[in-house]
Amino acid sequence: MTYTLFIILLPLISFLVLGLGGKWFSHKTAGWIGTLALAGVTVLSYYAAYEYFFVIGRGADGAFAPLEVMNFCWLPFFDQGLHFDMGIMLDPISVMMLIVISTVSFMVHIYSFGYMKGEKGFQRYFAFLSLFTMSMLGLVVATNIFQMYLFWELVGVSSYLLIGFYYTSPAAIAASKKAFIVTRFADLFFLIGILIYGFYTGSFAFVFDTPEHIANYAQAGFILPLALTLMFIGGAGKSAMFPLHIWLPDAMEGPTPVSALIHAATMVVAGVFQVARLFPLWVTYAQDWMPIIVWVGVFTAFYAAAVACAQTDIKRVLAFSTISQIAFMMVALGVCTEMQTGHEHAGSVGYMASMFHLFTHAMFKACLFLGAGCIIHAVHSNEMNAMGGLRKYMPLTHITFLISCLAISGIPFFSGFSSKDEIITACMAYSPAVGYIMTGIAAMTAFYMFRLYYGIFWGTENKELHAAHHPHETKVMTWPLIILSLITVGVGIYTTLAGFGMFEGYSFGSLISADGQDYRIHFDTSVALTSTIVAIVAIGVATWIFKGERQPIADKLYATFPRLHRWAHKRFYMDEVWQFVTHRIIFACVSKPIAWFDRHVVDGFFNFLAWGTHATSNGIKSLQSGRVQQYAFVYLIGTIVLIAMLLIF
Amino acid sequence: MDYSQFLNMAPELSLLAVILILFVADLFMCTDRKSGRGILNTPLPVVLLTLHTLFCIAPLVCPMFSAQCSMLNAECFGGMYVSSAMALVVKAILNVGTIIVFLTAHEWLKQPEMTNKQGEYYILTLFTLLGMYFMISAGHFLMFFIGLELASVPMTALIAYSKRSQESAEAAAKYILTALFSSGLMLYGISLIYGTTGTLYFDKIAPLMLNGQCSMVNIAALVLFIGGIGFKISLVPFHLWTADAYQGAPTAVTSYLSVISKGAAAFVLFVVLYKVFAPIIDQANVLFFWIIVFSITLANIFAVRQNNLKRFMAFSAISQAGYLVLGVMGATPQGLTAIVYYLLVYMAANLGVFLIISITEQRSGKLLISDYDGYYRTNPRLAFLMTLCLFSLAGIPPFAGFFSKFFMFMAAFKAGFIVLVLIALVNTVISLYYYLLIVKAMYIKPNDNPIAPFRSDGYTRFGLGLCIAGVVLIGIISWFYAYIDQFSFGL
Repeated sequence: MTYTLFIILLPLISFLVLGLGGKWFSHKTAGWIGTLALAGVTVLSYYAAYEYFFVIGRGADGAFAPLEVMNFCWLPFFDQGLHFDMGIMLDPISVMMLIVISTVSFMVHIYSFGYMKGEKGFQRYFAFLSLFTMSMLGLVVATNIFQMYLFWELVGVSSYLLIGFYYTSPAAIAASKKAFIVTRFADLFFLIGILIYGFYTGSFAFVFDTPEHIANYAQAGFILPLALTLMFIGGAGKSAMFPLHIWLPDAMEGPTPVSALIHAATMVVAGVFQVARLFPLWVTYAQDWMPIIVWVGVFTAFYAAAVACAQTDIKRVLAFSTISQIAFMMVALGVCTEMQTGHEHAGSVGYMASMFHLFTHAMFKACLFLGAGCIIHAVHSNEMNAMGGLRKYMPLTHITFLISCLAISGIPFFSGFSSKDEIITACMAYSPAVGYIMTGIAAMTAFYMFRLYYGIFWGTENKELHAAHHPHETKVMTWPLIILSLITVGVGIYTTLAGFGMFEGYSFGSLISADGQDYRIHFDTSVALTSTIVAIVAIGVATWIFKGERQPIADKLYATFPRLHRWAHKRFYMDEVWQFVTHRIIFACVSKPIAWFDRHVVDGFFNFLAWGTHATSNGIKSLQSGRVQQYAFVYLIGTIVLIAMLLIF
Repeated sequence: MDYSQFLNMAPELSLLAVILILFVADLFMCTDRKSGRGILNTPLPVVLLTLHTLFCIAPLVCPMFSAQCSMLNAECFGGMYVSSAMALVVKAILNVGTIIVFLTAHEWLKQPEMTNKQGEYYILTLFTLLGMYFMISAGHFLMFFIGLELASVPMTALIAYSKRSQESAEAAAKYILTALFSSGLMLYGISLIYGTTGTLYFDKIAPLMLNGQCSMVNIAALVLFIGGIGFKISLVPFHLWTADAYQGAPTAVTSYLSVISKGAAAFVLFVVLYKVFAPIIDQANVLFFWIIVFSITLANIFAVRQNNLKRFMAFSAISQAGYLVLGVMGATPQGLTAIVYYLLVYMAANLGVFLIISITEQRSGKLLISDYDGYYRTNPRLAFLMTLCLFSLAGIPPFAGFFSKFFMFMAAFKAGFIVLVLIALVNTVISLYYYLLIVKAMYIKPNDNPIAPFRSDGYTRFGLGLCIAGVVLIGIISWFYAYIDQFSFGL
């Protein structure tokens, strides 16, 4: 299956061609180069998935085994046995990620033809998209934690470049810097974790079950969970977990298709993917530390949902909804207690549920973001009060947006229902308290999503603005919406019917489960019923409050709880807290003394070194006199001195 | 006598054939006096040398050449000549370097006063290369010495190539006088070895030397030998000729001098230490410790205040030679790999810099660092490529120079020379300072009268393409290191 190498090479080539020679291409050609490369990647990814799951299939023990397509030593060290490798490893989750990344990226490429039309730097945009896709694909197929880290940083760089794409806007520059610095800060812990892990276990590879490894893990003791937790901090930074989430809402300054691809569907789930990748280690050796993941996730989910209820910028609502949904995936991973999938209500359901939700969420959230992009493109504003009543002008966007909203709210026959239901089932099995909290957050999700939906497509219409702009849809931009919403509905219907036992067939768990065995999803009726009812009630409340032309109840609520509303609107002042911590505490108390030390002591040393070099240089310049007799003399004396030195010592 | 032994010397024979063909071609194929172009300048030498390189590496890359495969590890003429896979690799690297040097020389040889002596340039250069081949494959001190002289004497003629230039003649005089002096010392060292052991075969000396391990004679032989070869590599205190010779010689010759002859000598130094002086390796390590420290530090100190670019590159070359010899410490297989890899990387970056210096000199006649002020405004692409090469020389990731230094330090570190590695690291910082001086001149310093924009010729571009590809790719693609590494144990 060496052709999988081209999955990474194609976007790389496209990046190099567009990045180096972009100015020689017209916009159209540049767009086609990027899109064709992505089309190739998509075809190869689907074929690789087909071959992995259905041609190679299960091993003798009935599980999908990881397949190392290629792996070579990139940077060797002597004797210690540590080496940095580069390669491609296929296993169920990396194959699934290939599908998700290539599909969403392909859709975004097509969509960008319309969205970015006529923009300055069109070629640069496609070059960066290719770079991002390459890095993300390299990340998921990594054979070892070091390769993952390398591509992880590349993903960070391309995210930085794309957020700051409109580099003339100060807000975009500030946002890109913020995103880069915050994630980089988290990555520092990731790196420390990797180094500790490598030092104590003697390996970077994603192979956990050889006797040698097991012996090393046993020897490492509490160091191993510590290293994993440090790596989790890195993952939390990329996946915008509280309190490292502050960069994601600002990242919405980038072009909307970029938000759809990077900040909704793919890059932000890298943290979840990382935990899933190291899952065997977490479950086997760090069980006691997993509540960290659970509670960070639960709090983030709740916090983000609360903030999302009070935002008016539609992209920010979606951003906080993303944070909340990713937290769902984290929680699902955290509540696992074992690897086996054999029996009913096994402790490993969360793993499958998390990956399933990652998949479904990527599709409907990309659809939501691309829909939001259409709307912003049409009304030239991000604010909800510039919208309202758009269903008449943009019917296709309206329908697809509604489908995605239903999916994220967890209504049966839409994809989000099946995955969210499995997450809540896993939580219930772990602890009923967590289960009920997550159900409550799911209700909040349904509420704020439909607040958003009514705010855009129903509610008070901003007639002056619409008369001026004539909102309309662009054909090339609606196709991706249709495809993504079809996936959402298709997956939803299939999994819902299969989950309720209407027919026996493949389900998501047959392909992806913690230990690779065939796991058939069967809904827990009480959980399914509760969450459906809760979601419908939440949607009903949202309809009651926000659907009408006038919204007396909403106004009354704002008037009754002004402080709560203001706090939620200001995201509970988390940015200000960070501002305080960084400026008042870190900069003033830590950085200033260090800066003084750097300026006076370190710089002083190097200035001294430079001064000394110059002074010595002047002092001994007569050595290089140009007189050949003297050269011979030095030569001879040098030889004699060396001989004498060796004889004396 | 079994004449089939000559077949084991295929690289030397094929290089000799190249020289003869060029010799004949020089007689019959006239270059156009006006334009200075012709088959001799430069297509024929480059093509022939490329074919020759392919022929050299054929036994390494394809096992089909089973007849030649015997020469991978063969001795001929009773052990005078020894061939090994690693020697082939080094020869191939030197070939590539020579090709790039020929590409550098094209513009210079096009000048009207050069048209009638183009052929000589190629033939002299290739003769020195042949001498280096013999040095590399020598199994006997006399063979080695003949190779050394064959590499030195035509080199003098090359340095004096611009006959009417006083500087060129002066440089050549200094070079030949110092070379003679160093040869004398070296011969003295070799005679001491012969006196104590009664043989000059590399393989046979070491066991005989064991008797009187640390005797004064052995140590004197070691130092005198290193004095001779240190001259070639230009290590302190045998380096004083370097700056003058580099400055006076024509630029194309300087670039050859700075990389090719140095590389061959460093490889031989390793081989001789490993084979001959193994019994007194501890003394050799002490010796090299100080030689390396002084080479790197002194050269760095001198480089800081140079204004002539070629002179500057001379001190840079001395400093780089210090790093190159780091791999000799401890004489481990990793050290050998590191040396050959360092040589390859250094070649790409250094020849790249010289290509740019040379074309700038041809087009504008300017050679001072202060002339390069504002270079970026007028020739942005060349300035950028020069920056890449300088970054690689300074060892900044992700360029190849970083990886070569990394492997070099790692080899020395593993051999136990931690203090030395630390000193080398501090010196890396200083070297970064003076390499950046050039970058600063090109990008930042204002200049009312910068070097005018010019177009470089196709040969220069091709050469630059090769160099930049090397600078960018050799480090990132780990295949190169792994490939060299597989031969280093079989020495």
